[in-house]
Amino acid sequence: MTEPTGPAEPEAAARAGVEVRLEALRREYGPVTALDGLDLTLHPGELVALLGPSGCGKTTALRLVAGLEEADGGHVYVGGEDYTRRPANRRDMGMVFQAYSLFPHLTAVQNVAFGLRLRRQGARERLARAREMLDLVGLSAQADRYAHEMSGGQQQRVALARALAIRPKVLLLDEPLSALDAKVRAQLRDEIRRVQLEVGTTTLFVTHDQEEALAIADRVGVMSAGRLEQLGAPTDVYHRPSSPFVAEFVGLTNRLPCTVSGGFAEVLGVRLPLVDPSAPDGPAVALVRPEAVTPAGGVPDDETGPLVGQVIATAFLGATSRITVDLGAAGTVLAQLPTAEATAYAAGSRARLTLRGDPVLVTTG
Amino acid sequence: MSFRVVKAVLYVLYGAFFLVPLFALVEFSTRGLGLSAPRTLQYWREIFDHPELTHAIVVSLELAVITSVATLLLLVPTMVWVRLRAKPLARLVEFLCLLPLTIPAIVIVVGLAPVYAWVTYLSPGALKGSALVLVFVYVVLVLPFAYRAIDAGLSAIDVATLAEAARSLGAGWTTVMFRVIAPNIRSALLNAALLSVALTLGEFTVASLLNYVNLQVAVNQLAQANAGVSVAVAAALLLFTFLLLLVLSIFGGRGRPSSRGTARKGRTA
Repeated sequence: MTEPTGPAEPEAAARAGVEVRLEALRREYGPVTALDGLDLTLHPGELVALLGPSGCGKTTALRLVAGLEEADGGHVYVGGEDYTRRPANRRDMGMVFQAYSLFPHLTAVQNVAFGLRLRRQGARERLARAREMLDLVGLSAQADRYAHEMSGGQQQRVALARALAIRPKVLLLDEPLSALDAKVRAQLRDEIRRVQLEVGTTTLFVTHDQEEALAIADRVGVMSAGRLEQLGAPTDVYHRPSSPFVAEFVGLTNRLPCTVSGGFAEVLGVRLPLVDPSAPDGPAVALVRPEAVTPAGGVPDDETGPLVGQVIATAFLGATSRITVDLGAAGTVLAQLPTAEATAYAAGSRARLTLRGDPVLVTTG
Repeated sequence: MSFRVVKAVLYVLYGAFFLVPLFALVEFSTRGLGLSAPRTLQYWREIFDHPELTHAIVVSLELAVITSVATLLLLVPTMVWVRLRAKPLARLVEFLCLLPLTIPAIVIVVGLAPVYAWVTYLSPGALKGSALVLVFVYVVLVLPFAYRAIDAGLSAIDVATLAEAARSLGAGWTTVMFRVIAPNIRSALLNAALLSVALTLGEFTVASLLNYVNLQVAVNQLAQANAGVSVAVAAALLLFTFLLLLVLSIFGGRGRPSSRGTARKGRTA
């Protein structure tokens, strides 16, 4: 496990991971249905991110897998075994929590060794394993520190090392990055993915941050109201959202009026193919990503057209910039462009937009 | 600075408040017979010449230990359980635990007298008539204080997350209690234990009214026959409690990681 990542890794990953299958999982809190028959299969060694707004049931799903809550219906299978009624402490699952969860009375290395001690491993053996795990998350130098002597990011790394030290069947990550600041969050996110690929443990990652989910998951499951709306590779979920909810939750989306006819949508005078050709003919709303909308140059004040409007705001995002254009009757639309070109579109100027010919999702809502 | 003056005055006042009665006890207990007689430690030596007194000391110490252990064993798991699984019950448990504070001792005794008749009746031979059965009522009397101390300790840590983290690592509930929760609320446990010990050692009303002989009852009985010895015992008891407090606070501050840095500064100030 101390070996650097190499070509042999995928095999190791396939060996280490087990399949996790959730079948028709239900969980109710009084009148509130947190999980409404969730079906989800995690392939061995895979990292699946559950993404959704708060209250969509993603954390409940993870806690049911961990055994920290009991299902009102359905089953959890781990490696083919039924885990539904197994107590949390006999599930062999490594878990990293949103809140800092290191035991305050133990040092980093003692924290990591805690689970090994419960497994009655010898002192020398568990210390070696704990140090190896701290090494894996790059914290060997902090082995003898207590939680309050470490930063939030370091604490979460130790928590990750502690979860992995017991060689868990499944790794469960419950919004482990939420409490961290943006820069540490991005670093640790990539770190989690690197470590996960290295040990090859099947991983369920719960987050409300779409960027996080898209960045590290093999597959992303978008949840809403206790159900899985869409499950697929990050690019699929982003480019071919199965529902307006997914389109709007994953990334920013423009809502533009359109007319559907014969498998095409006419959006502001542009004919675009449909993601779902079975959409009924008639007026609808097209969901268009900002990066599919590009400014095509400034125009004089008297020029008009369906895709001509006034720039009302510009936002600098680093390499790219986003401008908001008021199209009058069609509403406002977000367009994305390289920052170098954005200076031509100051607030108050007029611009013509073009739509890329990507398949488009329409909704009647 | 005027603040320093105020502080000094307060220290002197508080010091006098605590030390004058203690000094009076020591002074009285070392006074010889007659106005011009020299100081004597005779009463202090006599403490151990009264078997009923030494017996009462042993009984009260036993009561103190059993009461504090029983209180912690009853209260800590209950309070942790309420926090983890039964949050709506928190208010009720708090109310029940604070209730004894609002009921006068005499009312408790009147209520308990019939219960204790049964306790005596049902006690196994060795315990029949023993003051140790007072543990039941002492646990109740101590509840409000122990509850407050433990509640403060549990509020300072994230019980739910720590327990869940330990569970996911393979810990059963006993391990969660003893290896995760207890070490992290150590000073709260010590505070609760200390309060229980202090209360038990000083309890007179209930024992006396229920006709059991504990230390305070014995001291009171002795005072009618030999005031000097009884005052010597009272002074010794005060010193003992003070020493116990000192030992526990030193012991409690040691080896607890979160007391390093800022927390320790607060402790030694």
